[in-house]
Amino acid sequence: MQLDAKIPSGPIAEKWTRHQFDMKLVNPANKRKYKVIVVGTGLAGGAAAATMGELGYNVEAFTFHDSPRRAHSIAAQGGINAAKNYQGDGDSVYRLFYDTVKGGDFRSREANVHRLAELSLNIIDQAVAQGVPFAREYGGLLANRSFGGAQVSRTFYARGQTGQQLLLGAYQALERQIAAGTVKMHNRAEMLDLIVVDGRARGIVTRHMVTGKIEAHMADAVMLGTGGYSNVFFLSTNAMGCNVTSAWRAHKRGAGFANPCFTQIHPTCIPQSGEYQSKLTLMSESLRNDGRIWVPAKAGDTRPAAQIPEAERDYYLERIYPSFGNLSPRDIASRRAKEMVDAGHGIGPMRNGVFLDFADAIERLGRDMVSERYGNLFEMYAKITGENPYEVPMRIYPAPHYTMGGLWVDYNLETTVPGLFSIGEANFSDHGANRLGASALMQGLADGYFIAPLTVGNYLAAAPREPMDAEHPAAQAVVREVEETQARLLGIQGSRTVDSIHMELGRIMWDHCGMARTAEGLNKALEEIPRLRQEFWENVRVPGSAATLNQSLEKAGRVADFLEFAETMCHDALTRDESCGGHFREEHVTEDGEARRDDENFAHAAVWEFRGVGEAPIRHQEPLTFDHVPLSQRSYK
Amino acid sequence: MDLTLHVWRQETSSASGSFQTYQAAGVSDSMSFLDMLDLVNERITRDGGDPIAFEHDCREGICGSCGMVINGIAHGPHKMTTACQLHMRSFSDGDDIWIEPWRAHAFPVLKDLVVERAAFDRIIQAGGYISVRTGSAPDANAVAVPKPDADRAFDAAACIGCGACVAACPNASAMLFTAAKAAHLSYVPQGQTERLGRAAAMVMTHDEEGFGNCTNHGACQEVCPKGISVDYISRLNRDLLKATLTGISVG
Repeated sequence: MQLDAKIPSGPIAEKWTRHQFDMKLVNPANKRKYKVIVVGTGLAGGAAAATMGELGYNVEAFTFHDSPRRAHSIAAQGGINAAKNYQGDGDSVYRLFYDTVKGGDFRSREANVHRLAELSLNIIDQAVAQGVPFAREYGGLLANRSFGGAQVSRTFYARGQTGQQLLLGAYQALERQIAAGTVKMHNRAEMLDLIVVDGRARGIVTRHMVTGKIEAHMADAVMLGTGGYSNVFFLSTNAMGCNVTSAWRAHKRGAGFANPCFTQIHPTCIPQSGEYQSKLTLMSESLRNDGRIWVPAKAGDTRPAAQIPEAERDYYLERIYPSFGNLSPRDIASRRAKEMVDAGHGIGPMRNGVFLDFADAIERLGRDMVSERYGNLFEMYAKITGENPYEVPMRIYPAPHYTMGGLWVDYNLETTVPGLFSIGEANFSDHGANRLGASALMQGLADGYFIAPLTVGNYLAAAPREPMDAEHPAAQAVVREVEETQARLLGIQGSRTVDSIHMELGRIMWDHCGMARTAEGLNKALEEIPRLRQEFWENVRVPGSAATLNQSLEKAGRVADFLEFAETMCHDALTRDESCGGHFREEHVTEDGEARRDDENFAHAAVWEFRGVGEAPIRHQEPLTFDHVPLSQRSYK
Repeated sequence: MDLTLHVWRQETSSASGSFQTYQAAGVSDSMSFLDMLDLVNERITRDGGDPIAFEHDCREGICGSCGMVINGIAHGPHKMTTACQLHMRSFSDGDDIWIEPWRAHAFPVLKDLVVERAAFDRIIQAGGYISVRTGSAPDANAVAVPKPDADRAFDAAACIGCGACVAACPNASAMLFTAAKAAHLSYVPQGQTERLGRAAAMVMTHDEEGFGNCTNHGACQEVCPKGISVDYISRLNRDLLKATLTGISVG
């Protein structure tokens, strides 16, 4: 596996500008002759499909939802970063770049991150022009807030629905292209495999989720904007349908998978309330701007919050991190919460949370202002827990939320399979070992609107154009494989439901490859996962048939892929024998209990090559160099 | 608590459906309504049956996937709450719960509680956007938007496209959905150029898709999980009238 990041030469601030000039262009009259498949229609995929349609390419977009508007991007609450410096508080492209590299704990590629920071400016312009209703000040100009540990106010937001409003902007642009005939939309079509012909990505195989029809779709390039894999933990804040299938299938067809162990545990989620819970709910991190996190100072204290006097409360983030306090980065805030709960300070009926308290904020700002800022979040919390956060502190606990790892891509967002591109959360590119708040929407839209449409054009201009139809033997071979896998799943007729196995996998991953990891635990997981995978293939029960709407079959296919992927994730966590960002190995801790990086041996992206199910994958490395942001131990004290 | 569910089961669009009864035993207060259905489905699957199909995804009340009529009310008994955000503490031991899909000509049932809402996408395709190519936008702060307008645009933009408005309407009208989108774009300066043509085109497509006319019942507003106001329908109708009087044609 060759890993050439193809980083353009020149000073970092000029790389993208130069690269745009150096890239080849497709003649406007020829663009419609090129077919591009976009899988996933969230912020990255939706934006890319719309923009490539506008440019004149012949686009086919696929989503497993009933409409592109339902993609999980819609659930992002807090905001989107951009280095506009509208607040005049010292922000700049360079500062956003710097913060993102440092926040990623020095495991991302500087050139990519700088480009991301540059493009953040264009994203806000684009979204506002589309009518995205960002928060505004009374003078009518855009409002900003500080978010997730940033010391400047660079986050644009739309109440607690920033993801929904940005996605609707991209969705509307996409629908406009569908009406214009440049994009053909396939709803309820789930990608189940990738078609590679002569070493190039040439199409996908999908299952229509109502008719069950398995079909090959051919193209000149394929883009995957299929999101992250947090649902490998079963319980996560991701939507129920989020899965690793597209990325994993691409991996099995030759695409390197980078840093799968870099997962983000979000500090502010509602704690689990019972055994049958299907998912966890995120409460926007913006709540940490005004809420204060605390636990009872005495372990095992079960008194209600109101009965615990001030002197017997431990505002541990403010105590340990005086300068960042409640706004400490996500990984740090999450680990400290886990430590508190593990040490017996947990609160709530299951003693599995910490308090996020707004009493001081309500006193300082008034209830109306707090409601203006967080009203819908408070309502959501009250609906789920039956508790009123204006009266009693919220209960929160960390939960899997975002995955920084993903398909390895070069500077052009192209994977190791020529013609296969990966955008948004599905790729590994910009967040290193830890993503900063309000950076996911930024990256998805930068990839989708501004990068991939140009780099895919560059690829198409240079690639041989050989039209190919779905009857091609290579395509039909993949169709048959997909059909055989489905027949196998339906034929087992064992005694366990798909969910029960997924739940068991989730427990293994949370216990051994979750917020804190050890070599011992990971080795244990590597023994348990193949056993569970075998149990799945021998004893799962998938009711119904392949030729109808069959949600159990959909889930079974996704869980089958998670059962393979989980093993690679554990291999990655085991071989990355250091702590960095969201990857916390208990063996590697500083004296203050923070992650201890090993830059000498691990300043690289680990890129995995598939060798076969159950076989140890091969680990490759892309070295990372830091010429602009000096390697340093993060300190938020 | 133990509950008795009466669930609409229908194998395909063309099959006829009927209510089937299921016992949901051992349901806890803290479960969401969909967690409860998951639990029932686990048992159906283990017993060799075909689990109840229902659409869902984010389970946070924002993706708009879920939707079912619960005891005669779209999304169930609580105002401003999607089915996924409804929790079982709203029910009592021994309750009977009737669960049905959205019923509207323009939303054909695909299976059980799953309906096809692609008609909404086609209403957006007709004009529910601002025509701006990627890369052609001016600086975001070049045009100030008065905060009250921005807030009203936001209130309309909060629509999640779930279709409860259609399910609740005695005419199966989608005017609340259509009006919310049109209003969102008509409150911001960027949306003015195409405003009247948009209104005309979206309403025309709305009618072509087989949704009924609005006759001001207001049931849509009552069930809307995002509290979208019927005032937006008046606004859309004003724009539609203006489009007609000024001869602005569709498309």
